[in-house]
Amino acid sequence: MLDKKWAKKGALLVLVVFMLSVVVGCGGGQTSDKESKGDGAETIKVGINCELSGPVASYGDNSRNGALIAIDEINKAGGVLGKQLEPLVRDCQSKTDEAMNVSAALADEGMVAQIGPLTSGTVEGSTSVMMENQIPLIAPAATANKVTVDEKTGKVRDYIFRVCYRDSDQGVRMADFALNTLKVKKAAIFGSTSDDYAKGLAKYFKEEFEAKGGTIVAEEGFMNLDKEFRGTLTKIRGKNPEFIYVPGYYTEVSVLIKQARELGITVPIGGGDGWDSPDMVKVAGAEALNDTYFTNHYSVEDPNPAIQSFVKAYEAKHKKAPDSFAALGYDAVKLLADAITRAGSADPVKIKEALEQTKDFAGITGTMSIDEQHNPIKNIVIIEYKDGKLVSR
Amino acid sequence: MLEFIQQLINGLSLGAIYALIALGYTMVYGIILLINFAHGDIMMVGAYVGFFSISLLGSNIIVAMVFAMVTCALLGVVIEKVAYRPLRNSTRIAALITAIGMSLFLEYVTLYFLTAQQRVYPASAFPLHKYEIAGLVISNKDIFIIVSAVIMMIILQYIIKRTKTGKAMRAVSLDKEAAVLMGISVDRIVSITFAIGSALAAAAGVMIGLYYNAINPLMGIIPGLKAFVAAVLGGIGLIPGAMVGGFLMGILETLVSGYWSSMYRDAVAFGVLILILLIKPTGLFGKNTGEKV
Repeated sequence: MLDKKWAKKGALLVLVVFMLSVVVGCGGGQTSDKESKGDGAETIKVGINCELSGPVASYGDNSRNGALIAIDEINKAGGVLGKQLEPLVRDCQSKTDEAMNVSAALADEGMVAQIGPLTSGTVEGSTSVMMENQIPLIAPAATANKVTVDEKTGKVRDYIFRVCYRDSDQGVRMADFALNTLKVKKAAIFGSTSDDYAKGLAKYFKEEFEAKGGTIVAEEGFMNLDKEFRGTLTKIRGKNPEFIYVPGYYTEVSVLIKQARELGITVPIGGGDGWDSPDMVKVAGAEALNDTYFTNHYSVEDPNPAIQSFVKAYEAKHKKAPDSFAALGYDAVKLLADAITRAGSADPVKIKEALEQTKDFAGITGTMSIDEQHNPIKNIVIIEYKDGKLVSR
Repeated sequence: MLEFIQQLINGLSLGAIYALIALGYTMVYGIILLINFAHGDIMMVGAYVGFFSISLLGSNIIVAMVFAMVTCALLGVVIEKVAYRPLRNSTRIAALITAIGMSLFLEYVTLYFLTAQQRVYPASAFPLHKYEIAGLVISNKDIFIIVSAVIMMIILQYIIKRTKTGKAMRAVSLDKEAAVLMGISVDRIVSITFAIGSALAAAAGVMIGLYYNAINPLMGIIPGLKAFVAAVLGGIGLIPGAMVGGFLMGILETLVSGYWSSMYRDAVAFGVLILILLIKPTGLFGKNTGEKV
């Protein structure tokens, strides 16, 4: 009984402290010294607002690691405009409202730009604060089309940028690759129906493939955690497609491809960045994966020296290979540094203008230019499995 | 027609796995009227034992399977002694809840020690060969699974029909009190039942590992439930019912995803459970005996 009482009191205390801190935080916002931001400051403060806990913590974790490696590199080379970059790393707990709070706090601390958060939802949360404070946000991996453009008004969100391609780009790229490079005319779609990501890829693939003269002969779906695909695969085999598009995550796709090959389906199979995992080869086997292709942000095995030096630095520090989130976090910071240098100033508004004019910025996830809608125009890597090895096409 | 036969072949190996798991459900139910919900998780443990004996000890698939079966037989006996025996004379709902608790215990202990990450059965454990006969594809894996499942079922039938232990099992199942009066040790028979049922589940676990290549700590839940449906479909407590029910479930699932949509596969599987319970609760092979008092 006593315990319960104390727990209640404790909770109340926490609540009061929390409310006080919010009030103080807001007050601080109004009186915050704007001078500490931008040109007058000793260092250039970069906000890193990432999901370090919660369901997508691994995204935020890896992306932060990538971003910090970029900052380290820049600082060792003398910084930007003669100043060191100072990372302010904060956890938004994979929550939309927390992403907003973190951005507000970071704005008070005088950041000139924010890297992150990772998912489209948390970026949405952060957006209003960034727009209000006129500080640019660079999203490493938010792929939903609506992130940089207000869907209702069709207006571009001035201060929101990203370095990844959109879901639609990925589906379209694979459709073009299938039609033009693989020279197929009849495709089947067999994708996950458990999440918007895979459904989006399937939708854009279908639109592009049909618009460019291909036919979709079968459209099937599976649920995440499924392991039995033979029934549907046999049905698809009966329709004689020349290509099968399988958007989804590696846990299901690896088993699916193995079963497809066991049933004698030898046609090429394609997918998206959800395929990217070492488990693909282990589960499906090198032979089954021959003649399969997926769109990705970059390839760890790309011999490009910039990529290899990043991979080495990352592996030395974190004892694992950097995934796409790490590479995109790295690119986001490098793009920011590039923009500050071109602007000749660390003033957020000038940084935003420089970001808008980005042309042929050479990142490790590709060379990109920023378009009017603040999306990068960049080449999407197509990766082929060849005897268990990843080969970029 | 060719496609239909291919779908049947696809369904057979899945059905064989369901049947093996269903046998354990049905045997335990037949003896102590308990639905052992931890059964699917015993299968998961079997899959892991098989995985470790292949990857760490380098044993071949047959040795791995035997090893998994022996380990799980012991595990089954221990679970029965620790968790179910003290409750044998309490209400059935208490035993059922204990079984669910045991299921969660096995899942989360495995999750804690082996992490949620999936493990991959080494491909070298069973080199794949495909046979194409008149447009039909069957792999040596399918053949291995179906043949070994059938062999185990024949051995089981032999034990139950032809040995003294089997006779005792049938006697306990028929009337526990009368069996005790005939000098049968019920505890020993229950232990043997758990041992055999768990061993069959372990074999199924290794087969699933072989079939899908990937295993994880929660892999037992869905096949466990499907096998339970199979056992009810055939008539719970009846051994031939579990075998037929398992094969029927496997084929039904493949046909649903082949001719309708894989999205409805699970809905149909559990719909079957509801239909059977509504129309013929004793299952396909069950006789309407009325409540024993």
